[in-house]
Amino acid sequence: MKLSFEGVAKSPERRAAVVRPNRQRLKEPAIPSETQAASQSQAESVSAEVASGKRAPRATAESMAREQREISVSEFFAKNRHLLGFDNKRKALLTAVKEAVDNSLDACEEAHILPDLRIVIRQLDEDRFKITVRDNGPGIIKQQIPNIFGKLLYGSKFHRLRMSRGQQGIGISAAGMYGLLTTGRPIQITSRLPRKDEAHYYEIQIDTKKNKPEIVKDETVTVDWDHGTEVTIELVASYLKGRQSVDEYVFQTALANPHASIAYKSPVDPEVQFPRSVNQLPHIPAAIKPHPHGVELGTMIKMLDDTKSKHIGGFLQHEFSRVSPKVAAAVCKEGGVTNRTYVNALEGIAIEKIYKSLQKTKLMAPPTHCLAPIGAEQLLAGLTHGVKAEFFTATTRPPSVYRGNPFLIEVGLAYGGELGPDRHELEAESANGNGKSQESVQARLIRFANRVPLLYQQSACCMYKSVLDISWNNYGISQSRGALPSAPLLVLIHMASVWVPFTSESKEAIADYDEIRKETRLAIQECGRRLSLLLKRKKRTQAYSQRRDVFTRYIDEVVSATRSITRINKDEFRSDLLKLAKKFTRAADLTYDEHGQVIDADENGESKLEHTIVVDRNSSSAPEPAALFDVSNDRRPSRRAARRSA
Amino acid sequence: MVSRKMNRDSKKSRGPVDAKLEGLAGRMVQLAAKGKDPAIDIPLRTLSNVNYNAKSRVIEMGSGVQNRSFFNFGQAKRFMQTMLVASKCKDLIDAKKSASIRQIYYMAKHTIKGTSEKTFNDQSESDPILEDLEVATNSLREELHVFADSKGALVGELQFADSGDFIDAAKLGSGGYAIPSIVEPNVIRFKKCKARFVLHVEKGTVWRRFVEDKFWQQHHCLITHGGGQPPRGVRRLLHRLHHELKLPVFVLLDNDPWGYYIHSVIKQGSINLAYESQRMAIPDAKFIGVSSFDYERFKLTDDVKLSLDESDVKRAKQILEYPWFAGKKPWEKEIKKMMSNGFKMEVEAMISKSLAFLTQDYLPHKLKNKSEWLD
Repeated sequence: MKLSFEGVAKSPERRAAVVRPNRQRLKEPAIPSETQAASQSQAESVSAEVASGKRAPRATAESMAREQREISVSEFFAKNRHLLGFDNKRKALLTAVKEAVDNSLDACEEAHILPDLRIVIRQLDEDRFKITVRDNGPGIIKQQIPNIFGKLLYGSKFHRLRMSRGQQGIGISAAGMYGLLTTGRPIQITSRLPRKDEAHYYEIQIDTKKNKPEIVKDETVTVDWDHGTEVTIELVASYLKGRQSVDEYVFQTALANPHASIAYKSPVDPEVQFPRSVNQLPHIPAAIKPHPHGVELGTMIKMLDDTKSKHIGGFLQHEFSRVSPKVAAAVCKEGGVTNRTYVNALEGIAIEKIYKSLQKTKLMAPPTHCLAPIGAEQLLAGLTHGVKAEFFTATTRPPSVYRGNPFLIEVGLAYGGELGPDRHELEAESANGNGKSQESVQARLIRFANRVPLLYQQSACCMYKSVLDISWNNYGISQSRGALPSAPLLVLIHMASVWVPFTSESKEAIADYDEIRKETRLAIQECGRRLSLLLKRKKRTQAYSQRRDVFTRYIDEVVSATRSITRINKDEFRSDLLKLAKKFTRAADLTYDEHGQVIDADENGESKLEHTIVVDRNSSSAPEPAALFDVSNDRRPSRRAARRSA
Repeated sequence: MVSRKMNRDSKKSRGPVDAKLEGLAGRMVQLAAKGKDPAIDIPLRTLSNVNYNAKSRVIEMGSGVQNRSFFNFGQAKRFMQTMLVASKCKDLIDAKKSASIRQIYYMAKHTIKGTSEKTFNDQSESDPILEDLEVATNSLREELHVFADSKGALVGELQFADSGDFIDAAKLGSGGYAIPSIVEPNVIRFKKCKARFVLHVEKGTVWRRFVEDKFWQQHHCLITHGGGQPPRGVRRLLHRLHHELKLPVFVLLDNDPWGYYIHSVIKQGSINLAYESQRMAIPDAKFIGVSSFDYERFKLTDDVKLSLDESDVKRAKQILEYPWFAGKKPWEKEIKKMMSNGFKMEVEAMISKSLAFLTQDYLPHKLKNKSEWLD
């Protein structure tokens, strides 16, 4: 599938130009289902004459050619919209929002602008919605707008090996096409460039036959916002709440993009603000050349076609990363050519030999500056803002490589607090006699690839499998076989890579590579160890405060019994005993700072936990749940930590 | 008050009990004032803390103590309970009243203020605490003004006074004399005794058989029972009958490990109340039945057999290892015979031959044949 996109993407103009009414021999091998369907229907009409079930391919090459013609990529996706995430009404809404948001965030980051997003979903009719996504990005120049929004496979991201949310240039135009197909309404774009007084407004629809934009309306307007782009799509969809809802997508996006400020208005609820919790743009990743070990033979042949290098040695050095002149010479020698051999002179077998020798050669791992991790601090900021838990920890693994592609894994854990069952619910249940313990809550996994939430196909995902691989029991968390752990736990996993290996084009689950699984496991284990330490401390504190309760409860009994045996000073005895109770249960008073370190304790055994935040949910100073997304700087961990160390 | 020889190291003076209780409470206050965990030393009443004195042939308590402290999480409740029971005993002493162990339980039981927790949930919690207090204050139960529920009866040719009332144990009909918990000389004073020995049987039902068959008239004896494991009152009375009236004591018990142990308690004293052995144990008491060999001796039928279960075998092995059984050849033979038999027998099984067999044939035979007694 991927290859076919590439082929089409290379010269969409040319392909579109070849569309002629009929008799055009199909050059596109990528859509076998269509051709098969065509030839089959023909075969069926023939088989009506032939009595037996045996196929009679009477069709001649000429008769077949009459049925054969090129298929526009737009036509193809209009029919196969499930491949792009428009399989059902609910998912369509999510995908449309997602494509617009991904584009906005990518644009802002590339322009080094802290993103400010506003997402509005309006319900027009029972299954008709209008989504509007506005960003504060650099805007889009007028001439490019039709191509970007009205043409599939048009974009800046496909031809480079660089970490970004979008990869193929299908998304937003596909969303527009879907809107057009279902409602007949064109996609509306308003874009304002910086330092320009006016914005341009376009209404565009895609000509699916030609994969070409058609401009419906072209106006100059004034808007009340600064630079940026606003996209509005009307589409048939359905709005539902739950784990795979737009609400959830926006929430998770805010978690993974703490540098973004997002305002979100769903069709039913009042507007929610996800404030920015980090005032710093993430490191903007650089693009890299492909690493030889991640390239397949076919790709290399294509690269040879396109290269500007004349000689094979130069080609190897310039088109790949980690190939030095020395390495290039060695590879050429092994492949039976010299590095001065002309690229044009190479034929199939020779190329294959060079390819094989390239794969055999030991090379440095690919450079990793192309990766932009969210960062443990930022993950913590996002988590503490979005989740009312008791304990937070996060870790970023060093970069690693799968199939020549650099990647890295980040994990965040949140535990306790409101991740547990609702307290009122608990009380009600225990009143009913079927006490539901904290343990019966199942952990939640949220997955990200290049900061984009993955909401579908959890169990097919490599990340999910890695979570199951962990023996959570070792960390004091119960887990039944083949299930997520049972605890008020949130596991966040982020994979950053120049090429995320999705199991399918709809980008829902990550393929199961040993390297990815291993890195994920190591990251979870690191966080798990911190969590278990906290759980142990918590347990101990609890045990001691329980003991103190017991002692205190018995003190009055002991005092009055002693009093009835002999004459004593009741109050003095009582206060002596209370003092002792406090002394013997000192551990109950241990308090921990946000790094899980004991404050004012004479024990030195407690070590500081890296990238960890502990919030006391029992103390009166803990913020109310209503303040979930308030910008309260006091809750910002970095500042608090700074103040403490000051 | 009772005089008793001290068999264990006693630092605490034997003064009036109320003073000792006051001393105990005062120490708790002092400890707390010094910032120390209030604690009571309680001599251990376990197998590991008893010794068999081969010379006096009784079980004696060792010097091991258990330290019961308030701020030990596992002991906090028991400490509180101990103080509560002590205060109730003090109340009884002050009021010159006495109460049963069950009454003590109810006196000390209440709901702790502000909670739903009870100070005691069961009498089985307060009973051992009373025994703890006895050993901790080195005093007797009656000195704490506490008595156990009456259990056990006596019948036979003995005249005595109980709390000033004249009693002829030969003229008490079929019910006999219920042996009270406290049988010290200030309560029971022996007057006239025609009996030549005491026969102690295990249970009331067997005892009834003997009473109905007028066994004591024919053989001029006293017959007692203790309703299973004899309570302290019964053991103390047997002890007095043996030592003061010089009556030999014969014991007729079921042929099972629990029967052996009842004999051992009567003879050497119990592990739990080892501190009372001196005034309870009767080292000369004789076990006359039922023996494991009686099945063959009396040609009994299969109908008397009760199968030995696992817990019986386990208990039998434990008993064999007690120092006061170990090394006694006849006992080893007896217990091993029971295990090789693979069954146990109740005294009442003898009735399977005929109703009168037990009293007319079995026991007279046993009394005659000293060789069949076990010491």
